[in-house]
Amino acid sequence: MLTIAQETYDAIVAHAKRDHPDEACGVVAGPEGSDRAERFIPMVNAAGSPTFYEFDSTELLALYKDMDARDEEPVVVYHSHTATEAYPSRTDIRLASEPHAHYVLVSTRDCFDEAGGNIDGPVEFRSYRIIDGVVTEEDVTITPTEESPHS
Amino acid sequence: MAIEVRIPTILRTYTDGAKSVDATGSTLTALIDDLEGNHPGIKGRLIDDGDLRRFVNVYVNDEDVRFIGGLDAELADGDQVVVLPAVAGGSAHPTTFLASSASLLR
Repeated sequence: MLTIAQETYDAIVAHAKRDHPDEACGVVAGPEGSDRAERFIPMVNAAGSPTFYEFDSTELLALYKDMDARDEEPVVVYHSHTATEAYPSRTDIRLASEPHAHYVLVSTRDCFDEAGGNIDGPVEFRSYRIIDGVVTEEDVTITPTEESPHS
Repeated sequence: MAIEVRIPTILRTYTDGAKSVDATGSTLTALIDDLEGNHPGIKGRLIDDGDLRRFVNVYVNDEDVRFIGGLDAELADGDQVVVLPAVAGGSAHPTTFLASSASLLR
């Protein structure tokens, strides 16, 4: 099960809507081994594509060095699908390389009309484990955001 | 000559869980061959058909090796090599942009 704060959930959804019709991507880091999704880090989709995302290689290194220095790992790896359901594609499954991460898929396909106008439709937000090519969907629990001394 | 190689989580099955290992080599190719000697199987996860896999990033002293000669990139004692799988995916069908077996996993 993925447990995620309302504030982080909202930030992921807002990022996905902002980048629509391109795919949005990022991570939520947390202390290694804790399974706590604490630090929201939106990333640039270097592919700038409605059907593909990839972290820029230089930004990827900076991100991992930063997480390493903080003893963190990517607890959530998220990206959006902008015209299809929030389910891992064959590409997502092939390229999934973080066995400890929750892979969050957000679909914005119902949020906009064909002209790109915001029609305030529902956002699909689902979470999966992807390990050795096997996809397992899991429940998502959203917790009320608490005031944190770190934020 | 020792070069520290940082190993990503998904490849630590080849290094008994170690986050970093030492290896030697004057080029990235030689370094990967040396790694393979101590951690059999790891080379195939990094190289496919004589090239660095499309969705594997290797950095030498924070430089993406694709910009400094790829597998021919020169290495010296004390260099730090970091291996990171790309964080990538998307709704596109893989055959539209992935060559066969280009990914890290398969």
